[in-house]
Amino acid sequence: MLYFTAMSDDNTLYEDLLRIRRFEEAVLDNFPKGVFFGTTHTYLGQEANAVGVLDDIHSGDIVFSNHRGHGHFLAYGGDIRSLFAELMGKTTGVCGGRGGSQHLQWQNFYSNGVQGGIIPIATGMALAEKRKYSDAIVIAFMGDGTLGEGVVYEALNMASLWQAPILFVLENNRIAQTTPIEMAVAGDISARFKAFNIMVRELDSSDVKEILPVAAELIAEVRSLKSPRTLILNTYRFGPHSKGDDIRDKHEIDQLRVERDPILIHAHRLDSNHKEAIELKVEKYIQEAFNQALADPLPDASKALTGSINHQ
Amino acid sequence: MPTVLYALNAALQNALASDERVVIMGEDILDPYGGAFKVTRGLSDSFPDRVITTPISEAGIVGIAAGMALRGLLPVVEIMFGDFITLIADQVINHAAKFRWMYNDQVRVPIVIRTPMGGRRGYGPTHSQTMEKFFIGVPGLRVLAPNTFSDPGDLLSKAIFEDNDPVLFIENKLLYLNTIHDSNRLSEFEFFEQTPEPNFYHHSKHNGTIADLSNNYAPTCMLSLRDAPPPVLTIAAYGYISEFAYQAALNLAYEYEVFTELVYPTQLSPCDMGAILSSTKRTGRLLVVEEGTHNLGWGAEVIAQTAENLGSRLLSARRIAALNLPIPASGPLEEAVLPGIEHIIQAAQKMV
Ligand SMILES: Cc1ncc(C[n+]2csc(CCOP(=O)(O)OP(=O)(O)O)c2C)c(N)n1
Ligand SMILES: [Mg+2]
Repeated sequence: MLYFTAMSDDNTLYEDLLRIRRFEEAVLDNFPKGVFFGTTHTYLGQEANAVGVLDDIHSGDIVFSNHRGHGHFLAYGGDIRSLFAELMGKTTGVCGGRGGSQHLQWQNFYSNGVQGGIIPIATGMALAEKRKYSDAIVIAFMGDGTLGEGVVYEALNMASLWQAPILFVLENNRIAQTTPIEMAVAGDISARFKAFNIMVRELDSSDVKEILPVAAELIAEVRSLKSPRTLILNTYRFGPHSKGDDIRDKHEIDQLRVERDPILIHAHRLDSNHKEAIELKVEKYIQEAFNQALADPLPDASKALTGSINHQ
Repeated sequence: MPTVLYALNAALQNALASDERVVIMGEDILDPYGGAFKVTRGLSDSFPDRVITTPISEAGIVGIAAGMALRGLLPVVEIMFGDFITLIADQVINHAAKFRWMYNDQVRVPIVIRTPMGGRRGYGPTHSQTMEKFFIGVPGLRVLAPNTFSDPGDLLSKAIFEDNDPVLFIENKLLYLNTIHDSNRLSEFEFFEQTPEPNFYHHSKHNGTIADLSNNYAPTCMLSLRDAPPPVLTIAAYGYISEFAYQAALNLAYEYEVFTELVYPTQLSPCDMGAILSSTKRTGRLLVVEEGTHNLGWGAEVIAQTAENLGSRLLSARRIAALNLPIPASGPLEEAVLPGIEHIIQAAQKMV
């Protein structure tokens, strides 16, 4: 089957990729200054995955993301200032500072920092949308290390049994925190999904224009056939797992930064005027958003903790 | 009056009939079997599309239910034995119960997780426990346990329709075949049923939070003997063991002239202290009875809060609970591990 997709133009794609790149760089650069709470997991090197997968989704579609979710959030259309503000624990943050980096919710975007636990929830959301006869589908992101969690397989089983309209996107960056895939994942990844009768497509690319049409095709299938699909994206994490905790060989990473950088790969497609204009625009925008978030107020704990859920 | 089983089953039937958003999920719940304890009997015959039998995947089912709830459905999940709520802990604590607050009140997760709990059926160490102590105190989760002194079906309906947040609904297995007490027929007793006043917890500066219990629908029953001298001891209990406390109270009054007031909350968490405190203020003494293991449980919290509130007006307090052991299968061993009527009577006598 062939699906028509209204793929974003090269300039837009470049801007989308670069927004994530510059955002994450700003996060890492500014962490030592003490402006953010907690920790972070940056998406450096994996930008083409989120941008490619989420380029063509409908407004009602649901995205469930994980601990490495800034890129997913921004590609979904999330606001840069409110993401900075969330990391800074500000009232203007995506969740008013309650969630922080790993716990975002905005429109139909959700993320949680517990490995694997989101997969049944995303599946349940897809089943609900199907029951409501809505057109919406779910896209759930997970990493290779998350394949170690048992609840993932419970969810895959039920997603297939009940034909949930969900696209599982497995971002295989070949490492989980410090554990290389060889030490954590036995056997074949795609076979895990196929065993549940979930069709799999696999790519080994950092080119947004290779990822995008395949994702769009899968999303269209999920939507029209009301059936789960998996997209395995072999990818590379350029940065540390969180901050300054990379134990990998630096030369290897430097080499990847040359060969597999989604920004460089895509930049060749732009003429230099456009490219520079976009770069200036993004840099300015990121800087402004950062400064605004920095100036935003911290919550007043005497007011912000009241109401809502049952305490005691 | 109907049995608890009948009342719960009817509540589920009515829920399915009255609202298309209700879906019921669990293991082996389809007819003709109708679930391990038959609470779901007849439901799938009437509503085949919305009664879903699931694989043996407790965590997965609860996750799926939470996802459905986030997207507008009203799922009710049955966990076949309460012992298995260990398997759903992450889905409840780190997901369903957390979402509303951590997402800045932008979402709601209206799920109800029902599960049969408790011993005295000889099912042995992994099918007889009282496990709710591991879930009470979880922020964002309401834990309810019906008894026969108020309507369990009504409580379940309210949990499904009037509560936007996750509920863990504990059904003691021995309650199922008991009939609900008709408050008019409890002729020897003064009987009050109250739902906590919304402003009761008002502002607990203590932990820096304000509890919004405006949506507190779970009743507490208070019973004291009619035309008797004023009670000198409050006995607080929940779930099936309320029956034991009731028998003990009669025995204490008629055999030993020890007059007690019984307080039976149906909401364990957030800890519903209203009636317990007001009763203990009158009696000065508090005996807490539960089927779970003795240490670090519901009773410990109830006594701690009472002590904090009453100070020296609390003359004495005690807990009756199971021994800190697994539940044995053999009848006499199981009986020796679990709290019984006799324990309540003895403790009460020592306290007054
Ligand atoms: C249940 C659970 N266990 C451990 C962690 C700590 N942790 C956070 S990210 C991570 C590695 C995840 O690896 P992977 O799934 O491959 O995703 P990646 O970080 O590579 O994107 C670990 C162990 C966690 N968040 N949740
Ligand atoms: Mg990984």
